Amino acid sequence: MLTCENEKELALRARNMRCHIIRMLEAAGSGHTGGSLSIVEIMALLYFKHMNIRPQEPRWPDRDRFVLSKGHAAPGLYAALCEAGFFPEDELKTLRKLGTRLQGHPDCKKVPGIDMSTGSLGQGLSAANGMALGLRLSGKAARVYTTLGDGESEEGQIWEAAMTAVHYKLDNLTAFLDHNGLQIDGDVTKVKSMLNPGARFQAFGWNVLYADGHNLRQLDAAIELAKQTKGVPTMIIAKTIKGKGVSFAEDKAEWHGVAPKADEAVQAIEEIMAGGCK
Amino acid sequence: MAEKIATRDAYGKALVALGARNKDVVVLDADLSKSTKTAKFGETYPERFFQMGIAEQDLMSTAAGLATVGKIPFASTFAIFATGRAFEQIRNSIAYPHLNVKVAATHAGITVGEDGGSHQSIEDIALMRVLPGMTVIVPADGPEAEQAVYAAAEHDGPVYLRFGRGGVPVIHGADYQFKIGKAEVLRDGGDVAIIACGVMVEAALAAADLLAAEGITARVINMATVKPLDAEVVKAAAVQTGAIVTAEEHSVIGGLGAAVAEHVVGNGNCPVPVEMVGVQDVFGQSGNPAELMKEYGLTAADIVAAAKRAVERKKK
Ligand SMILES: Cc1ncc(C[n+]2csc(CCOP(=O)(O)OP(=O)(O)O)c2C)c(N)n1
Ligand SMILES: [Mg+2]
Repeated sequence: MLTCENEKELALRARNMRCHIIRMLEAAGSGHTGGSLSIVEIMALLYFKHMNIRPQEPRWPDRDRFVLSKGHAAPGLYAALCEAGFFPEDELKTLRKLGTRLQGHPDCKKVPGIDMSTGSLGQGLSAANGMALGLRLSGKAARVYTTLGDGESEEGQIWEAAMTAVHYKLDNLTAFLDHNGLQIDGDVTKVKSMLNPGARFQAFGWNVLYADGHNLRQLDAAIELAKQTKGVPTMIIAKTIKGKGVSFAEDKAEWHGVAPKADEAVQAIEEIMAGGCK
Repeated sequence: MAEKIATRDAYGKALVALGARNKDVVVLDADLSKSTKTAKFGETYPERFFQMGIAEQDLMSTAAGLATVGKIPFASTFAIFATGRAFEQIRNSIAYPHLNVKVAATHAGITVGEDGGSHQSIEDIALMRVLPGMTVIVPADGPEAEQAVYAAAEHDGPVYLRFGRGGVPVIHGADYQFKIGKAEVLRDGGDVAIIACGVMVEAALAAADLLAAEGITARVINMATVKPLDAEVVKAAAVQTGAIVTAEEHSVIGGLGAAVAEHVVGNGNCPVPVEMVGVQDVFGQSGNPAELMKEYGLTAADIVAAAKRAVERKKK
């Protein structure tokens, strides 16, 4: 259960992360705004409540792992890592610039706290499975978390991996589907009939839970339930809004892969701050 | 006649031995474990063997995940599917993060035989060689294959191991020591150097005998590590013999021949005629391995002809 105090802290973290996302994208002049904003609450719960990590010892062998399978939401991950103290806030403005550790898509060789390089959609769930298999084989209690896109789930490899996780009974794995309903070319149901992903994962044998992906209490309860589930992996279908928190970007496919300009960033930050800690 | 061992059999045997002494070694396969010879490892260490089903992309990225938590995964399937179907998984999940995964592919080249062109990988060396940080090893016989497996396990980083289906004559003794990046000069000669890998090493030795009978002395080099290429040995061969023949069971585009040619005209700065024996930009077909090697110009006689062309060219 999330205490009121917890919830307040997490909401504050989420707000800070949204501001980081806007500022780093504006400084970079390019990047993925919509899908970074939609995962903020998921990231806040993972990095500030559930994941057992040591920002001062990023390679700690017993840590929980996270794979951002939808790697284009890198700003969402960088915001969480920076908030958690893996690297200084100042570095955020180097996003996407020559020589930076903060590559356009996450690079586990460069950034402390990143467990897997991603960016090519469809590969992260397999990698998360490999981590879960390996950690279990080593007798470690560590858990593995991963976040997928709904458009990304059109990739065949996601379903190969969905079979693997069930076949190997990976109950140390919790996946989130960031179900924001949009991908680059539009609505996921129009692009490739990505209808009812929950039922699909259920049919593959997953424990499927549903949550409002911006409701900290719902997400928290689902993550707790996943931890207690034995013998099967859990998929949390998180209903989200792409671009969440910024009115002009919310639920707009056009805001998938563009960064806010200076005036837009000002308005976005205002709205995020005014939106309060919700 | 020398004893024949398929390099895939040597691989399977080496894996079991390796599994006993290194508990971090895990093996993944994609419904071909009987053919790739990983099945024995699976029987011996079932908890460290992961059957991935017919899902090569998942195979490679799962291996990557295992490597991030300290395991040493050997991921096996046929060369065509490992490097073709799952190329981008090897590229982005394994090579880009420089993870400690060993892509151990069997049934490479046209000696796959009767299964035909769809199954004969003639481009895998090129595909793997182009990836930054990838080590590419093509063992010539059973003992070398076994050694290469141990060396790959010791090496920190991604490795591509290329094994064949059919038996190849044993040319190395039990005391042979394979080292990644070190070529082996099997025979010395001053008129021409034959640089070969895999099954073509045996053919290169046979070619050297035939050439000797005609008064041409050939240096025979086993370039088992195609990447990183043993630049010193290539340069010495170029400088000292003035003519090079490369021989591989692979396309002449992008493989060992290309690597050697790139070096002599590039960083090696020792340009000499290079004749390439290999598959000439065509796909394979069904047939028995010996027939196919003849059909595609991969015999000792083809190496001899290439050596003569190279020697002629250097006179000009
Ligand atoms: C294999 C691959 N194909 C295409 C792309 C280009 N791409 C980047 S994001 C994206 C759309 C992703 O949609 P979704 O998974 O729904 O992400 P979200 O809505 O959460 O941003 C595409 C096609 C890619 N990164 N990888
Ligand atoms: Mg989406």
